[in-house]
Amino acid sequence: MIEILDMLLLALMAVLAVAIARLRNLFAVVMLASLFSLLSAAMFLVLDAVDVSFTEAAVGAGASTVILLGTLLLTERQEKPPARFSPWPFIVVVATGATLVYGTLDMPHYGDPAAPIHQHVAPRYIDKSPAEIGVPNMVTSVLASYRGYDTLGETTVIFTAGLGLLLLIGQSLRFRDKEETP
Amino acid sequence: MSAFPGLYNYWIVIFLMMTGFYIVIARGNLIKKIVGLNIFQTSVFLLYISMGKVSGGTAPIVATPGAIYSNPLPHVLILTAIVVGIATTSVGLALVVRIKEAYGTIEEDEILLQDSKP
Amino acid sequence: MNDNIILRITAKIFIPFILLFAFYVQFHGDFGPGGGFQAGVIFAAAFVLYALIFGTEKARKIAPPNVVQFCAALGVLIYAGTGVVSLLLEGNFLDYNVFQHDPVQGQHLGILLVELGVGTTVAAVMISVFFCFAGRGRS
Repeated sequence: MIEILDMLLLALMAVLAVAIARLRNLFAVVMLASLFSLLSAAMFLVLDAVDVSFTEAAVGAGASTVILLGTLLLTERQEKPPARFSPWPFIVVVATGATLVYGTLDMPHYGDPAAPIHQHVAPRYIDKSPAEIGVPNMVTSVLASYRGYDTLGETTVIFTAGLGLLLLIGQSLRFRDKEETP
Repeated sequence: MSAFPGLYNYWIVIFLMMTGFYIVIARGNLIKKIVGLNIFQTSVFLLYISMGKVSGGTAPIVATPGAIYSNPLPHVLILTAIVVGIATTSVGLALVVRIKEAYGTIEEDEILLQDSKP
Repeated sequence: MNDNIILRITAKIFIPFILLFAFYVQFHGDFGPGGGFQAGVIFAAAFVLYALIFGTEKARKIAPPNVVQFCAALGVLIYAGTGVVSLLLEGNFLDYNVFQHDPVQGQHLGILLVELGVGTTVAAVMISVFFCFAGRGRS
């Protein structure tokens, strides 16, 4: 049952991605991108990643859509039709995809408990986290305690992005025009 | 072939990645490129989380002792990546707004045309 | 008849619950899914809803831009400050075991403080991002 849900969600996402590539009305593209984020949040839930699903739903389907719509308001609503059709992007994409599929043939199958990813550090975290940290949510214990340094770097990245945004479009245009005319 | 159900996730994820990649390189509109980049990012997240799933496992929240849990390490990595992704997307979109104010257009070929004129 | 009236009343009912849910997600990140990032985004969503319904001028009075920018920096300060405090208490940087006599209680306190810092920064940055995009137009 869960495998059918898995396959169905992924197939829907593939259809959505192709639709986003073909549409020229940017408002429709932004709405479909929000739907894509929502489906990926559902897919994360099927894959047992509840924290990630929560974050993707809040950030991808929520904040990202609001920012994209804000940008649409300040720029354009329609994409220009492509001037002439060039086959090169398509060839590059197919070649890269074929190489990646060839690379996956060596990968362990989906859900395999003996995969190398589950062998080294992860069992140590799963075993020792209740005793050393005592927090039931293991993702929080790894995020805030075992890998707290990385989370500090990430918080700094978010802060820097906010700074960058304030520098780029912090002032309203009306205010800036009034300042520049002496 | 027996590889099909075991690798179906990864192949669809590669298809999504390649669609996002195609949008980035083949479309000229800057906002569409950023949406394509978002699709690429999301499919990379799906790849990592698919690798972390253990069949028969549950979410990594300690409930009953001795249960099988999915690997929490990719979840932490992708949590960070999602938030950093939206930070870079918002900076990219701010740059698009400034480009529109400076050039009057957000189509890549028109911008290059304006730049190449002396 | 003002046809925004349904939106205004619904927003007034919803916004306190959204804020409360943000605090719930923040402080229950230890026991269920949640934590600083999700809580910050949900907190900012309440302010975005207010700005969409009642206008950005009124929203700027409630969340003045310099206060929001101060909170963004405050979050990073709280996080790095936790690490420095643990250095001063003769532990490693971001070693939460030294906060209390019992290491597990120290970990709880450390995680709480750190998630608070993360939540503050994320909420402040999301609110200021929205105000940047909304306030840019020539109106």
